[in-house]
Amino acid sequence: MKKLPIFLAGGLLLAASPVLAQDAAAPVDVPGHSLFVFNTLLFLIGGFLVMWMAAGFAMLEAGLVRSKNVAMQCTKNVALFSIAGVAYYLIGYLIMYPGDAWIIEGWFGAIGTAQLEAVGVAPEDTDALDYASTGSDFFFQLMFCATTASIVSGTVAERIKLWPFLIFVLILTALIYPIQASWKWGGGYLDSELGFLDFAGSTVVHSVGGWAALAGALILGARKGKYSADGKVTPMPGSNLPLATLGTFILWLGWFGFNGGSQLAMGSVGDAADVSRIFANTNTAAAGGALAALILTQVLYGKVDLTMVLNGALAGLVSITAEPLTPGLGMATLIGAVGGVIVVFTVPMLDKLKIDDVVGAIPVHLFAGIWGTLAVLLTNGDATIVGQVMSIVIVAVFVFGLSLAVWFILNMTIGIRVTEEEEMAGLDASELGLEAYPEFGKGSQFV
Amino acid sequence: MKLVIAVIKPFKLEEVREALTGIGVQGLMVSEVKGYGRQSGHTEIYRGAEYVVNFVPKIKIEMVVSDDQVDKVIETISGTARTGKIGDGKIFVTGVETAVRVRTDERDEDAL
Repeated sequence: MKKLPIFLAGGLLLAASPVLAQDAAAPVDVPGHSLFVFNTLLFLIGGFLVMWMAAGFAMLEAGLVRSKNVAMQCTKNVALFSIAGVAYYLIGYLIMYPGDAWIIEGWFGAIGTAQLEAVGVAPEDTDALDYASTGSDFFFQLMFCATTASIVSGTVAERIKLWPFLIFVLILTALIYPIQASWKWGGGYLDSELGFLDFAGSTVVHSVGGWAALAGALILGARKGKYSADGKVTPMPGSNLPLATLGTFILWLGWFGFNGGSQLAMGSVGDAADVSRIFANTNTAAAGGALAALILTQVLYGKVDLTMVLNGALAGLVSITAEPLTPGLGMATLIGAVGGVIVVFTVPMLDKLKIDDVVGAIPVHLFAGIWGTLAVLLTNGDATIVGQVMSIVIVAVFVFGLSLAVWFILNMTIGIRVTEEEEMAGLDASELGLEAYPEFGKGSQFV
Repeated sequence: MKLVIAVIKPFKLEEVREALTGIGVQGLMVSEVKGYGRQSGHTEIYRGAEYVVNFVPKIKIEMVVSDDQVDKVIETISGTARTGKIGDGKIFVTGVETAVRVRTDERDEDAL
């Protein structure tokens, strides 16, 4: 009771002072710094929107795997996101953004950990007062690295062992992604010599995830029972289409940060207007992709396939990612729609090749990513056919080759696939010892 | 006494139940079943892959009625459950030796 007056006094003091964060000093309004502030703000908002895409991937994948593997899919998603966070800090960020400290100029960046600016840094002590805070840049770029890893988990779902998958994620996020990303976004040779244009990463992020996933699917093999000897495909319907739909909408939302934030600046009228263009184009491309898949599945199959419509929206988003700024709304819609068409035709194509991609990540991220990278040529006069095609091929060879090698070595040493019996029982029970939906009982646990 | 077993389309259940109540049938057993007849199921497409749904969801209704009721019951079920399309279902009738009301030990037609 004795302390009460002090509390009251404190409360009064707080109430009397202007609204300030915790114990901040009085704000200083320096008009000349608004560029730094707005750019930083764009990175932070863009970054946390892209972070939320991790939730989108988790829900999309949880909905598209069978219920006996849902808890494992959630585990992989939270684990891969966390691994990416630490790996990018420890090594990835400086490999990708070496500044002037390239170990091999244009090809391999610097080795070291990411460093933030000091607490309450003075304007003259910032790394780039004419741009943005280092912390916001690191935070924003980290999320793209994590997105790349998220793409892989969906393809190899339902039969890969947890720890070998996480080892692959570590190599992908610490080395494979940052090295190839430095070639373009770090100012490396794809950027300086080939004039490669990839605004937010149709190739740098999405195709990279797709190539890594394709390599994994090839080494891993199809789920047991997916393809019969006579070439028949056995559908394995996802456990929860509402979750898959929610995941798609979350990804759609996060994409505004992904593409909009990739403007990398919002301190001028032109930049603010560009970010707005990007938001609008990104949205309409997703709509185009979804509508294309909606109409195509109705025409081809006689019934709309929701999972294809979800994939179509995402393919639309991937397609517009390489150039979300220069198209108008009509062209952006068309670019997205082509992505949706690609998905509807390439999902069955992969099945014909007996490449088992559980959630359709390869059509969505790899095939639509390649299309989106080429589509830059439609609206951006600075893009060249040679620059775009060569970069697609170079990134493909590097990422696919290295991923194939890593998956192969993992498979030869510790093995990447669970046993047939474990696969039948489901990874939830066999690898985790828990189930996502225990109350549904055994009925949901077999087939 | 006869046991009438009818397999019908699920969406017809309520209509059939009302019609049977209307002609004085006082008890009905219902189960959700899956099965196939001459048509052997149908095909669906998931993510571009065609697959056969061998067992189609149906409703099985069963009731025991007196001999003089049975024709009226068959007529009612088949009239109400019919859509004219493939998969309308089937009706089977078999004899029943004994019926017992558990609460009172009443037997046969008194127990119905």
